[in-house]
Amino acid sequence: MEADTRGTGRLPAAFLTPGSSSFVEFLAAHQPELLPGNRHRGLPQSGVVEAPHGTTIVSAVFPGGVILAGDRRATMGNLISKRDMEKVFPADEYSAVGIAGTAGLAVEMVRLFQLELEHYEKIEGAQLSLEGKANRLTTMIRSNLGMAMQGLAVVPVFAGYDIDEGRGRMFSYDVTGGRYEEKDFTATGSGSTFARSSLKKLYRRDLTEEQTATAVVQALYDAADDDSATGGPDVTRKIFPVIAVITDEGYRRMDEDEVSSIARRVLEERLESPDGPRASIT
Amino acid sequence: MSTPFYVSPQQAMADRAEYARKGIARGRSVVVLTYADGIVFVAENTSRALHKVSEIYDRIAFAAVGRYNEFENLRIGGVRYADLRGYSYDRADVNARGLANVYAQTLGTIFSSTGEKPYEVELIVAEVGKGPDDDQIYRLTPDGSVVDEHGSVAVGGSADSISNYLGKQHHDGMSLGEAVRLAVQGLARDPNGGQDRTLTQDQLEVAVLDRTRPQQRKFKRLLGTQLGRLLETAPATETVGGAGTGATADDEDIPVAPPEEPGTTSSDPE
Repeated sequence: MEADTRGTGRLPAAFLTPGSSSFVEFLAAHQPELLPGNRHRGLPQSGVVEAPHGTTIVSAVFPGGVILAGDRRATMGNLISKRDMEKVFPADEYSAVGIAGTAGLAVEMVRLFQLELEHYEKIEGAQLSLEGKANRLTTMIRSNLGMAMQGLAVVPVFAGYDIDEGRGRMFSYDVTGGRYEEKDFTATGSGSTFARSSLKKLYRRDLTEEQTATAVVQALYDAADDDSATGGPDVTRKIFPVIAVITDEGYRRMDEDEVSSIARRVLEERLESPDGPRASIT
Repeated sequence: MSTPFYVSPQQAMADRAEYARKGIARGRSVVVLTYADGIVFVAENTSRALHKVSEIYDRIAFAAVGRYNEFENLRIGGVRYADLRGYSYDRADVNARGLANVYAQTLGTIFSSTGEKPYEVELIVAEVGKGPDDDQIYRLTPDGSVVDEHGSVAVGGSADSISNYLGKQHHDGMSLGEAVRLAVQGLARDPNGGQDRTLTQDQLEVAVLDRTRPQQRKFKRLLGTQLGRLLETAPATETVGGAGTGATADDEDIPVAPPEEPGTTSSDPE
């Protein structure tokens, strides 16, 4: 079966058989062993696997779009296994996915998800709706439930620009594939509690793109402040959070200069007030 | 009692080739040209939904003429092949040569199998490279032959005469507008030497593989006003002899067949 993709023989009948527009369904019928969920069949059902974990992802909407950001730390137990990990990926031209959880499985899931959206678009000649994309991700998380029950969970945040409705939207997930649309902001991963609390105090619905990005960096700073698995901006190594902005012009990753100037400003302010900006209590 | 017919293999193959050729000749042509920044695909196609030109992968596109259900089947097979290969290995491991080979094998097997009728399709698989020298264009015929084309190619009903015309007019480093207008001129020609037709924007399907696109996926459809601008007669800075002999008489809103340069048209009587 493997030879089908390597050799230059005739396309196998399965390739020319009319079917669904889903790459995952095609794979399930034609080469099921390539699906992430099936690769782990037959593995022992108990025992602890130590694998790198991605930590905190934050997302917030602003008028005209949505921001998705992630810190750069991956941890394995109490060790930092990676300082410059990427956890925010474009899913297609108008959406992005940020991942927390077991890094290896999550990255693979993103790869398959990107392909699933692109495959659909090419076969059908049209993009899936944003809801449709969010639902495809649900299915893929659910197929990982077996692994999640062994401690290898993947918990993404999906954010995108809804062309039909003309606004940014975001969805958070749980390990069972539960999908929840979030209104203003959300966070996932080990530092999410702190990040969400921080954003709760800073977020307003009328923030501009840059202000929202700043609020998100503040939230990641607060997550790193209290959660050892989340990494703060690393000025010495010049490693800053990944910030993706999705608007009607599509996906854009903020370039390093932009993020670094926001992060440096936040750090500068924290030198004066270590706990960050205060919310008014009057 | 009836005597079983004997048909020589030569005759059988010639009949099948003739059958496929006739099927293809009924349809309108598709033209593929290289230009400075990539490869442009122009098809005569009034449908907005049923495409003759499509994306296969990052740098690879597909154009086809003939029976829709047959080439659509091959297109989907190609997308599945490319996506599966890119998923199993890496995106960089998907290339047009591999895809053209798979199509050639598929078409060739169908052509020579007695159980199946030959496909009435002609395909083009093209890949845009890092520079103009790396661009690849493959033409595939129903019998599974692959031809490595350079610069310009046409498939479909009057492919020979269009290819001939394009071969003479096309040159390296054309701008996108020049390439599109040349392609449209090619498509609008009457193979029997009669009056050229006038093709409007609504009758055309145009797409490019643009190597300057920042995205990983280089395929883009040209639609609406963008296409309209490209089709407009070249501005004065571009070299189009205004008072040419072959000026089209009945161009109302969009003069898609601009007056040709006198020197070049007179030397091409087709």
